[in-house]
Amino acid sequence: MTTAAAPLSVFATPAWYQNRTLRRFMRHRLAVMGTVMIALLIMACVFGPYLLPYDDLKIDIRHRFAAPFTGDHYLGTDALGRDTAARLLNAGRISLLVGFFAMVISTVIGASIGVIAGYYRGWLGAVLMRIVDAFLSFPSVFLVLVLAAFIKPNPIMITVIIAATSWMEIARIVETEIRSLRERDFILAARMIGASSRWIMFRELVPNAIGPIIVAATLTIAHAILLEAYISFLGYGIQPPLPSWGNMLNSAQQYLGKAPWLAIVPGLAITLAVASFNFIGDGLRDALDGRSDLK
Amino acid sequence: MSANITVSDLSVSFRSARGYVPVVHGISFSIRPGETLALVGESGSGKSVTSMAIMKLLAPAPMTRIEGRAVVTDNQGNPVDLVALDEKQLRHIRGNRIAMIFQEPLTSLNPVHTVGDQIAEAIRFHERLSKAEARRRALSLLEQVGIPEPAKRLDTYPHELSGGMRQRVMIAIALAMEPDILIADEPTTALDVTVQAQILGLLRDLQRKKGMAILFITHNFGVVAEIADRVMVMYAGRIVEEGSVLHVLSSPRMPYTRGLLASVPRLEHAGLGQAELGTIPGYVPDPAAPPAGCAFHPRCAHNKPGICDVEPPELVEVRAGHQLRCSRWQELCLEGGVR
Repeated sequence: MTTAAAPLSVFATPAWYQNRTLRRFMRHRLAVMGTVMIALLIMACVFGPYLLPYDDLKIDIRHRFAAPFTGDHYLGTDALGRDTAARLLNAGRISLLVGFFAMVISTVIGASIGVIAGYYRGWLGAVLMRIVDAFLSFPSVFLVLVLAAFIKPNPIMITVIIAATSWMEIARIVETEIRSLRERDFILAARMIGASSRWIMFRELVPNAIGPIIVAATLTIAHAILLEAYISFLGYGIQPPLPSWGNMLNSAQQYLGKAPWLAIVPGLAITLAVASFNFIGDGLRDALDGRSDLK
Repeated sequence: MSANITVSDLSVSFRSARGYVPVVHGISFSIRPGETLALVGESGSGKSVTSMAIMKLLAPAPMTRIEGRAVVTDNQGNPVDLVALDEKQLRHIRGNRIAMIFQEPLTSLNPVHTVGDQIAEAIRFHERLSKAEARRRALSLLEQVGIPEPAKRLDTYPHELSGGMRQRVMIAIALAMEPDILIADEPTTALDVTVQAQILGLLRDLQRKKGMAILFITHNFGVVAEIADRVMVMYAGRIVEEGSVLHVLSSPRMPYTRGLLASVPRLEHAGLGQAELGTIPGYVPDPAAPPAGCAFHPRCAHNKPGICDVEPPELVEVRAGHQLRCSRWQELCLEGGVR
């Protein structure tokens, strides 16, 4: 690794170009597109509902099934005459928040278990990783549905349930990473100066494994959004009238022939969000891996 | 003056599929304040294992078995046996009373933390100190180890420094708590020759100022001559010769030591038709299947069947402070094989 930044700066390159990671990420077109998409989506969901003329819960029976781009309902109305655009953006708030917090919780659980299992190995590591295997071998959609049947389905509970079934992948990735990192000399050096195990795990090892953790976390958001859509579509997730992309699809299915936009609009939103997060994840994976410069 | 560290009868075995394999056999030594003991030997002779066993940095109990005693002084001034301490007690000794520097300074520093943070944390493990105070101490340590513009270097990452600078940072971390004992495991092997000399000079200076004992592990006799007071030559997990640098380097008695010294390249020989470099044939024996008798006899030029391959020789004192392990040392002296 060299720091040849100074002589290079005679070329007029933007500041971000100096950062190799950022540069590799910016070169990944789909990832940049994904980032822009997600940024737009978040802004639309945060500010959109204030700008639209209609409330997402306002029922207007006289204007049921208005087609998109016809009247002053930009994306049309649903079976109760509610504004689809307003519902879509409010649903986006919930779906994205559920996805984000499910990611945060499952990353914390997964990374902690992975770090502990990878650091201690032995019987503790073996037991933890067998628990991970047990969770992985259970079909998570069914597990979520079973759990949802017992628990009052509000957004917080749905988030917790999704997190409880999506931390295993991160645990596995982190465990593998920590296993190899803990054999490095600087861990020996840290023990040499009297560092405790907890210090070594969370201050020495985790910062070195942050790349794979970020990548896995990004992909987990996509997975969580998809999972939320599944369970809400099946009626066990977010309950109407509170909109979510999943339950919008659910209520749209009986009018597929009559008002196909009711399914297309939230379906498109889910696809866009999930694909964008996956692209970002791919881009981050390449950006954080120094070897991809050689390609 | 009493010794800073006294190791007695230290043995280390590693667990393998066929039981415990002894790697270090009953090593004893002590180092006084301000003294440097060099531990010399080929790869696989057990010198690094010895140092790791003293620091208790080897894999824990069922994987390795450590016997014997390694006595140092704790913070309260009481003698403690490192071999008997548990991990929690060791944490107060490591980096505090006894510290270590390694061969490869790049991989020994955490790549994601700044140099200043790493030194400051080494202090904060052992002392209740504010971050600002620890940073000031880190700065003064960087100054002491001769890093130019130390204030600037505090916030650099290890990969931004040269090999010699990194090793200086490692030394600063190791010496942060002014330990009684510094174990240096080939600290100059990965460095350029000129940088090597600087680092050795720095270690000598710091030793003079702080009076610590140094256990210096190396396979380089040039370095031994430069820094050590006493030398201990190890072969197959045993001490085979020990004495003052003067005695061992100028009149080695044990054939293995002589072989090692003969294999040191010398500039003055190069032009005189003596370019042939001495080598010791063969390899270090497999610790799981050591040869009978003297462990060195299969490779020894003076091997005499009936003597060397029967009884393992004991460590005998041949003159004050000079010990060696050879069944035939008296004969070899008379033969004139020794200067």
